[in-house]
Amino acid sequence: MTDMTPSTNIHEYLAELDDIPGTRIYTAARARKGYWINQFAMSMMNAENRARFKKDERAYLDEWDIVEEGKQALMRRDYNALLDLGGNVYYLSKLFSADGIPFAEACSTMTDMTWPEYRQMMLDGGRSPEGNRSIKANAAAAAAAGSK
Amino acid sequence: MAKITAGVGSSHVPLLGVAVDQGKDRDDYFGPIFAGYDWTREWEKAQKPDVIVLVYNDHASYFDMNIVPTFAIGCAERFGICDEGWGPRPVPDVEGHPDLAWHIAQSLILDDFDMTIINKLDVDHGLTVPLSMMFDKPAKWPVKVIPLAVNVVTYPVPSGNRCWALGEAIARAVESFPEDLNVQIWGTGGMSHQLQGPRAGLLNREWDNKFLDMLESDNDDVRFIPHIEYLRETGSEGIEMVMWLIMRGALGKKVKTLHRHYHIPCSNTAIGHIVLEPDN
Repeated sequence: MTDMTPSTNIHEYLAELDDIPGTRIYTAARARKGYWINQFAMSMMNAENRARFKKDERAYLDEWDIVEEGKQALMRRDYNALLDLGGNVYYLSKLFSADGIPFAEACSTMTDMTWPEYRQMMLDGGRSPEGNRSIKANAAAAAAAGSK
Repeated sequence: MAKITAGVGSSHVPLLGVAVDQGKDRDDYFGPIFAGYDWTREWEKAQKPDVIVLVYNDHASYFDMNIVPTFAIGCAERFGICDEGWGPRPVPDVEGHPDLAWHIAQSLILDDFDMTIINKLDVDHGLTVPLSMMFDKPAKWPVKVIPLAVNVVTYPVPSGNRCWALGEAIARAVESFPEDLNVQIWGTGGMSHQLQGPRAGLLNREWDNKFLDMLESDNDDVRFIPHIEYLRETGSEGIEMVMWLIMRGALGKKVKTLHRHYHIPCSNTAIGHIVLEPDN
């Protein structure tokens, strides 16, 4: 390399993004995979589309080039599965609105809590970052505890 | 000569807009949040800024996955209000300042920032909620606004260092505009929040306040915080705080803190607000 401008190592950068527990960072790979799921979600900002979707979800989803697994996850409102398929929460939130549920309630469905439990956690100051920072660090700590 | 006279940082949680629109902003839940903006509302009345360069992000409202500009500047005469799925917020349209916006755009490009220029744009809660927080419910917004939209959704988003340098370049651009204008720059979004996955609901009071302390400082260490630190410490959506660095970078080496406010929670999010004045 003869470049004189400093640069970032893309592989190290991307690897770190996948080391956060319970989190799917919306990387280019996810954005590509989830393109049609997200564009479908954007279509929910139009009242006529919402009405057609609500009348027959399957038929409406069949108009989009979404993998079958994605269509199933959309019909189940399985938002963690949708994140794995490249959905992004700002796009998926158009479906929260179409369903008439608060954003925070939809967030709670991605956790191991009920909506009232989640709401109470937020009122109590939210989820602590303690033990939630790094998958690798958690694994190392568990291994160290196990070897004692 | 135009001049940046102050910088404002503020969260832009959509629920705050709902609270204003439905008159709930002084109830038990929202009251403590809005009380922290009372000082700023009075101050803005005295300051009477002509233009605000308002740094925000679109939340898949006007932009979709077809076009993802890293830094985009709104050069239109007027900006409409997005329908975010439940009808547009009942707030006035936003008036632009095309002369200054185009001047800034040209100046930034000459300074090596490859800006996207937007001549048609509807703005979402990222831009209208801060206006409501600072100006309440006027029939017409009392300022002209230059929207500066930053991609903080699709990775990689711009680095903190790049955001800071953009702020510096915006300040130079404003100061080379011949008309006498009182210009403020606002950085919006954050603070800690995560809206997705099993880790949703993460908040970090300690880190957020450390970030506010760093903004008040006369060194620029804050610009070198890597993305991964925001993500680990403040949740996946806490990355919006890089937009505050555009504001801070525009204020120069030293600043004076005029006002600061922090509150947990608003829905999923930690509310932060700061008013800074250049002191160089």
